Amino acid sequence: MNDFLSQVRLVADWLTSSQQWQGAEGIPQRLLEHLTYSGLSLLFAALIGLSLGLLVGHTGRGAFAVASVANLARSIPTFGLVVLVVTVVGLSTTPVLIALIALAVPPILINTFEGVRGVDPDARDAARGMGMTGWEVLLRVEVPMALPLILLGLRVAAIQVVATATVAAYPGLGGLGRFIVDGLARNDYELVIGGSAVVVVLALVVQVVFTALRRVIVSPGLRASAARS
Amino acid sequence: MIRFDAVSKKYPNGTNAVDDLSLEFPEGGITVLVGPSGCGKTTTLRMANRMVEPTTGTVSLRGRDIREVDAPELRRGIGYVIQHAGLFPHRTVLDNIATVPLLLGWGRKKARARAAELLELVGLPGEMAKRYPYQLSGGQQQRVGVARALGADPPVLLMDEPFSAVDPIVRGELQAEFIRLQKELHKTIVFVTHDIDEAIKLGDNIAVFQTGGILAQFDTPERLLARPADEFVADFVGRDRGIRRLSFVNAADVPLRDGPVLPDTTSVPEVRAGSADKPWVLVVDTDRRPLGWAAVAELPDSGTLADATLIPLGHTFSLVGDSGRAALDAALLSPSGLAVAVDGAGAVVGVTDAQELAAAMARDDAARDETVTDEAVTGEAAASAVVTGDGGTATRAVMSDE
Amino acid sequence: MSDGEPLVRWDWIGDHVGELAHYTGVHLQLGLLPVLFGLIISVPLGMLCHRWRWLYPPTLTVANVLYSIPSLALFMIFVRYTGLTEQTVMIPLTLYTLSVLVPNVVDGLASVPEPVRQAATAMGFTAVRRVVQVELPIAVPVVVAGVRVAAVSSISLVAVGQLIGQGGLGYYITRGLQLDFPTPIVTATVLIMLLALVTDAVLVLAQRLLTPWAQDRGKTA
Repeated sequence: MNDFLSQVRLVADWLTSSQQWQGAEGIPQRLLEHLTYSGLSLLFAALIGLSLGLLVGHTGRGAFAVASVANLARSIPTFGLVVLVVTVVGLSTTPVLIALIALAVPPILINTFEGVRGVDPDARDAARGMGMTGWEVLLRVEVPMALPLILLGLRVAAIQVVATATVAAYPGLGGLGRFIVDGLARNDYELVIGGSAVVVVLALVVQVVFTALRRVIVSPGLRASAARS
Repeated sequence: MIRFDAVSKKYPNGTNAVDDLSLEFPEGGITVLVGPSGCGKTTTLRMANRMVEPTTGTVSLRGRDIREVDAPELRRGIGYVIQHAGLFPHRTVLDNIATVPLLLGWGRKKARARAAELLELVGLPGEMAKRYPYQLSGGQQQRVGVARALGADPPVLLMDEPFSAVDPIVRGELQAEFIRLQKELHKTIVFVTHDIDEAIKLGDNIAVFQTGGILAQFDTPERLLARPADEFVADFVGRDRGIRRLSFVNAADVPLRDGPVLPDTTSVPEVRAGSADKPWVLVVDTDRRPLGWAAVAELPDSGTLADATLIPLGHTFSLVGDSGRAALDAALLSPSGLAVAVDGAGAVVGVTDAQELAAAMARDDAARDETVTDEAVTGEAAASAVVTGDGGTATRAVMSDE
Repeated sequence: MSDGEPLVRWDWIGDHVGELAHYTGVHLQLGLLPVLFGLIISVPLGMLCHRWRWLYPPTLTVANVLYSIPSLALFMIFVRYTGLTEQTVMIPLTLYTLSVLVPNVVDGLASVPEPVRQAATAMGFTAVRRVVQVELPIAVPVVVAGVRVAAVSSISLVAVGQLIGQGGLGYYITRGLQLDFPTPIVTATVLIMLLALVTDAVLVLAQRLLTPWAQDRGKTA
């Protein structure tokens, strides 16, 4: 326990020392890099995952292909992919983005697809029967009803991306992983734990943001039935 | 209004959902499509708003082939109610009802005002407007489903087993409410059910389908019960169709006789003298309201009928509003075998018994036969639907369902 | 990577078959043992959450928070206690599986139809026997669906453990980077994917054999 407390103290000291909060090696700069990697890859992954998931869920065609692709993508070791792309194309942001997108697409895709496919067939039938066009059924009925699952997929993806973006530091890129990898190399435990703490806080913030988002954009009519968070 | 011309629906796997159906749904009336599962009744309904496209034949609405109309546009002008209501869980009750007006571009305020009106029309309190579907009972959800279908005041309503998913008591309430609504609205309604009782209760006309999408008979409920076109229909409407037919005999048309009716002030000796051959007398008060039956053999030696032990009536039937079926029921429950008819004020008008009721029904039939010959029933369809060989199989399937 | 260097040198693979097999074994152990431990924790925990519903939201929150801690960070935290050992990799991986396995155990138990539960009680099953002999078997498809997701992501995460010297096939990934030589990186990445996919296939097969009555393969989280 004493050991744990001393760890906390070390981290606190590290976090509060002013040198951590300025310059190209400081927390703000690293955080910005980290958020850039995460944000960009999440954006692209969402574009791919949402459009493909909505398309397949709405038409009901290609379900098996989607499941297979998602399964395959899920099996890719992100660490290996980042390092591989860096080795092949050289040190740049691209390899990180590619690897993180590959990581983030499956949960978004699968949840979007399952969410739309799982919409109560009676509601869909009623929507068509009242004269909604295909687009209206998708946008006014299927998407709002699938929203809890879609958000869950986005949240899982976001957390995985934020956590995994640390790996980018290993082949020499920036982001919060820098502290951890450098600390490890220099045997500077304070740096390792301090960097880790910042990532954990960031992941928790993402968690909180999605919980709040859910409160705001998911209809209260759905919250009671969709208990899984 | 809605007309099916030689319509067939075949599925790629070879099954015939609907087979060469020609049928016209009369304007302003409720046409019930009834039959065992797999008989094509729902497919028929769904062909009326292009949820299902026929393989051959044409469906027309007010003389216009519905294929000429863009499907979503067509559907916005036709109300649609389904078994589990299919409410949108993410929208409030009010917004559910406002769906079609909003699709038609009415503007939010006007659509909501209309929705509030409809909420009241289907008998739901205004405070339900802000609730979500999961907060409603099954019956309430179904009412919202009906209100939603009425959103843009469409002249036609398609209803697919709308009351099947609720318990019998709620179903009865919804049916009564539905009849009341229809009296007010005069919509052209196509109503699908598998329940022959519901069909007879609600339908102005009934189309009985049999497995394979064949129209077995299209008729009024009375004629369906009196003259089933074939074995299949006879079995489907049930063994008790004779009793059911009495529902369509007006109580006022039931022949009555005076019967042994005596005021409770009558003295016992007087009774014995006048009704020695009768086992029962009906005791009434000074306003001729019935008090009960007295067994003549068990009367006390002296006093008036007021001193006698009276046996309860069971129930009476009223010449105002009751049917022959209520009369028969009253006769069967009465200790004397006599049903007591009362007028609007509850005073005894006369009595009748089961035999007389049966005779009345036979006379009613004979009278109807004279008028029926040129009634525009789809005689061809009904005649072509007479099954010979395997009608028995279908029948057994129906019976085991019940 | 120097120009003209092919993505894969097949002769390198030929020279390292024995070594590759060794690391594959290590990798499998590092990836799958945590799933087993996770299952050992999740089944009773899920049963408790099923029995006392109020336990479920806080349990799920804790599991989700654990899941949101980056693997690299969690490895570092445990290095202090367990050193650069296999446990340091396996403990975090075990913790990660909880966020998938616990909900699937709870959902699996919830998927048991109420009439079945009542019939079992009416036939005289005690509560414990009912859970073990009736409810858990019925929950298997949903639980296995969770195990599949957990196993695949666990196998893929093991590689990161190489940063503390325990990464199974991850060894070739760091090695390839140091040597600027893509062949080992490609080989390791492909092998890890194959391991994940084969494990997934084995789990599907095992579930079919285990639950011949199930028509659906359960849902994936």
